[in-house]
Amino acid sequence: MNGVPRPTIPGAELVRAPTILLPRSEFARIPLCLVVTLGALLSSAIARAEVDEAVLQAESQRVTVMAKAREATIAIFANGGQGGGSGVVISPDGYALSNFHVTKPSGDAMKCGMAHGTLYDAVIVGVDPVGDLALLKLFGRDDFPHAELGDSDHVQVGDWAFAAGNPFLLATDFQPTVTYGIISGIHRYQYPSGTLLEYADCLQTDASINPGNSGGPLFDSQGRLIGINGRGSFEKRGRVNVGVGYAISINQIKNFLGCLHAGRIVDHATLGARVASQDDGRVIVADIVESSDAYRRGLRYGDEIVSFGGRPIRTVNAFKNVLGIFPKGWRVPVVFRRKGQTFETLVRLAGVHGTEELLQKLSGKPADPDQPPPPRRGDKPPDGQPPPEPMPLPPNASAHAPPPVPEIVKQHLEARRGYANYYFNKLNRDRVWKQLVARGDFAEFAGPWVVKGEWLGAGEAEFSFSNEGAMCALPGGMLTFTAGDSLADATDPPASGGLLAALYLWRRLLVGGPDQFGSLDYYGAAPFASHDVASRQGGLVDVLIGSSGGVECQFGIDAASGRLLVLEMFLRSDDDPCELHFSDYHEFEGRELPGKLEVRYGDGLYGVFKLTNWTLHKPAEDTP
Amino acid sequence: MSDFGSRISDCGLNFAARGMSGQVASRRCHSAMGCQSAVRGLAGLVGVTLLLSAWPAMAKAADTATLNSSFAGVIDEVQPKIAKIYGAGGFRGLEPYQSGFLVSPEGHVLTVWSYVLDTDFITVTLNDGRKFEAKLLGVDPRLELAVLKIDAQGLPCFDLASPAVAGTGARVLAFSNLFGVATGDEPSSVLHGSVAIKSQLEARHGVFETPYRGPAYILDAMTNNPGAAGGALTDRQGRLLGMLGKELRNSLNNTWLNYAVPVEEMAATVAEIRAGKFVERPTDAGAAKRENALSTDLLGLVLVPDVLERTPPFVDQVRAGSPAATAGLRPDDLLLFVNGQLVQSVKAISAEMARIDRSDMVQLTVLRGQQLITVELVASPERSDGTE
Repeated sequence: MNGVPRPTIPGAELVRAPTILLPRSEFARIPLCLVVTLGALLSSAIARAEVDEAVLQAESQRVTVMAKAREATIAIFANGGQGGGSGVVISPDGYALSNFHVTKPSGDAMKCGMAHGTLYDAVIVGVDPVGDLALLKLFGRDDFPHAELGDSDHVQVGDWAFAAGNPFLLATDFQPTVTYGIISGIHRYQYPSGTLLEYADCLQTDASINPGNSGGPLFDSQGRLIGINGRGSFEKRGRVNVGVGYAISINQIKNFLGCLHAGRIVDHATLGARVASQDDGRVIVADIVESSDAYRRGLRYGDEIVSFGGRPIRTVNAFKNVLGIFPKGWRVPVVFRRKGQTFETLVRLAGVHGTEELLQKLSGKPADPDQPPPPRRGDKPPDGQPPPEPMPLPPNASAHAPPPVPEIVKQHLEARRGYANYYFNKLNRDRVWKQLVARGDFAEFAGPWVVKGEWLGAGEAEFSFSNEGAMCALPGGMLTFTAGDSLADATDPPASGGLLAALYLWRRLLVGGPDQFGSLDYYGAAPFASHDVASRQGGLVDVLIGSSGGVECQFGIDAASGRLLVLEMFLRSDDDPCELHFSDYHEFEGRELPGKLEVRYGDGLYGVFKLTNWTLHKPAEDTP
Repeated sequence: MSDFGSRISDCGLNFAARGMSGQVASRRCHSAMGCQSAVRGLAGLVGVTLLLSAWPAMAKAADTATLNSSFAGVIDEVQPKIAKIYGAGGFRGLEPYQSGFLVSPEGHVLTVWSYVLDTDFITVTLNDGRKFEAKLLGVDPRLELAVLKIDAQGLPCFDLASPAVAGTGARVLAFSNLFGVATGDEPSSVLHGSVAIKSQLEARHGVFETPYRGPAYILDAMTNNPGAAGGALTDRQGRLLGMLGKELRNSLNNTWLNYAVPVEEMAATVAEIRAGKFVERPTDAGAAKRENALSTDLLGLVLVPDVLERTPPFVDQVRAGSPAATAGLRPDDLLLFVNGQLVQSVKAISAEMARIDRSDMVQLTVLRGQQLITVELVASPERSDGTE
């Protein structure tokens, strides 16, 4: 590919693309080609005259759809010309998807060319190294042409699909190449290549996806985005398409999108159990980690996995497919069977990697060079099936040192360990906090809070909580909690998981805000973990994750209403959290307060409280 | 752009659409020279494919919706007939799996004859995930086909007795478990393409490597991938057209040919194998034989009598003064490879020799005691089949 000219990328934020033509000489080398070309032209003209109107209409429909889809496709060039690939814009304000393996060589800043001929500066927002995803933000306009997200669960084998992108970095004039094919397979599981990368639940297509197409869009016949192309089976025929390319499904991407917006380096999930298929077609638990949430929820060695994440499980691949589409930290329904009895539960998925382990793998330095990396999830491909390869293009050896990071990128970039770009974490934390404050600004009520109500089925209940601690008067008696340096032992009332400490932390957030809470970051979006099976298909909530007094707290905030729906307090990392589910919000002096509180711990419901009488005090002037 | 040279069969529409027909023409010249009419009629391939393939097939369709509609319905009907086959292999780049399809409700599976089946433990996984131990009913090395039998009833299947046919430009679907992507109840992969031409496949050994000489569908899609051999080629209505062949590479110019053997070429043999009446046609005699084929006799080698189904090819005698004697071969040597091709029986040697021209140098690898010995020799010109 040395003959293909490399783009020259000026450092300006917006430049008109130089139109670089491909070398022509090769095309007209042999006279025979002229004959063939002429023949083709003549004959297609003749054929056209006889073509059924329906055929022409179908063609023109396709042309229209592709023309629109091309507009959203981007050609990515690393800042400084170190390789590149493809991507696709998914929002008018310029958020775009690509592969992690495409953006990795670029570092934080890159240049993105679009079909209308403009080159835009872009910054990395978040990455998912295991799932090979990257979220970027392009700068320069608020009306970017963008792709409509489709629904990859409705894609069928045999559907027409087309890919757009920058194969072999041909798009030096930013015009994407479009290739057409069908969906060859769905829910494909592709074994990890190397230590990190894993393509689970991906789409397989025979549209010609080549090196450089990586990160680019796969569209359905209506031009809806159904996947991000990133891998192909190549093996012995050289690194060109052999009719087998793979795309990350858009529904998996939707699951990760919130976490990517958080500017994070997102990890994938593990159930804490290894499964194996039996000869009779059942998938059973072959190994389980006793400290895992799955174990606490009752899953044991030998149990049959019936369904996972709402999908029936009949092969190990199907299990891995489901696991691969969820980010670390999500709660996912599991149905399992033991001795004819069926159990259903929600399991909180742990990370595949430790936080440090993931960072070390990313930096390419093993945690302990003397130790081989531990096998993950029993990932050994069957004999003779090499994992398909990602499709990076080799960096240009002649590329010079990267130019300075553009000013607009600098303004949107904040380095922090463990994050791809902390700027976007703050941006979203502040956005969510603003939503919460819009429902009620409690900053001035820094004095004690008292609420009276009823413990349903038990009797009267009263809680009061302040900066110093919390107390409750319940039918069983009175309990007091005093806030100290560490909250780790604050488990009162018994069997609640630490209701008093949780109420104390809830007030602490509402009164003090993110800055005084301790640390508070944006996790991303996660499913609202309702224990009501019927309503489990509900949408995602924005999650703020923080720590205070040595315990971790997660706040789930409904994106539409801005209401706090759930607070989960983890006194210990290997134990279940105390869950406070807030609902039935009522107005109180121009602010909203919950009328109902449901308290859960582990598999148990501690109690449902009707909160009727709120008294919020401002700080007494004589107390600091 | 030299990478594209490996895609001879893909040279029709893709390149034309990109205005690169000049390259196609030049590429085709090279390959035609290289493969010595591997595909008779390939000379006309580019033009024919360019001019005819897209429109005639589509013009018959009724409305725009049909034209842009999914193949999903057809594919759903075909998938239950496709089987994943597992057997020998798993080392040195030999995939231990291939594809096949059901040709009777009582569990006859048609697939390609290959090393994968060279084991007593062949497993067939049906589309619904059920696994069966399969019995090898019979093979026809000439057609490179094998018929397996699994113990099941009432299976969906293709009917070989009423095959569909397709001409140049016809849209086709290729079903196979390429790269072993699917396991258990996961459906096989489906690729789409067009018939570039239906033509005589005469892939001379050493250039393109296949014993099959006969009509074949030459396809413009990359259907013949690792593990895809034995898969089904259907038309757009899901009717069986043929069986996907093995990977076929031109060793001179590193191009790959994607082809399928038409149903009508295989139907009679499959029926004979099912009826237990099939007699393997000796490949070193009759019509399939090369006019100037090599034989062990021409080399001065006499092998042990062929008394078993798979008689180990031990050397019985070496005629004095013969090329074999000059090369140092001895009685009791066990022949392992002919031109790098594993030969496991006296029959296999005959078949392999029949593909080699007697004027060509042949490389033999023998096992003598614990020692592997490789020699190169040319048949003596004065001795021929006729002198015996």
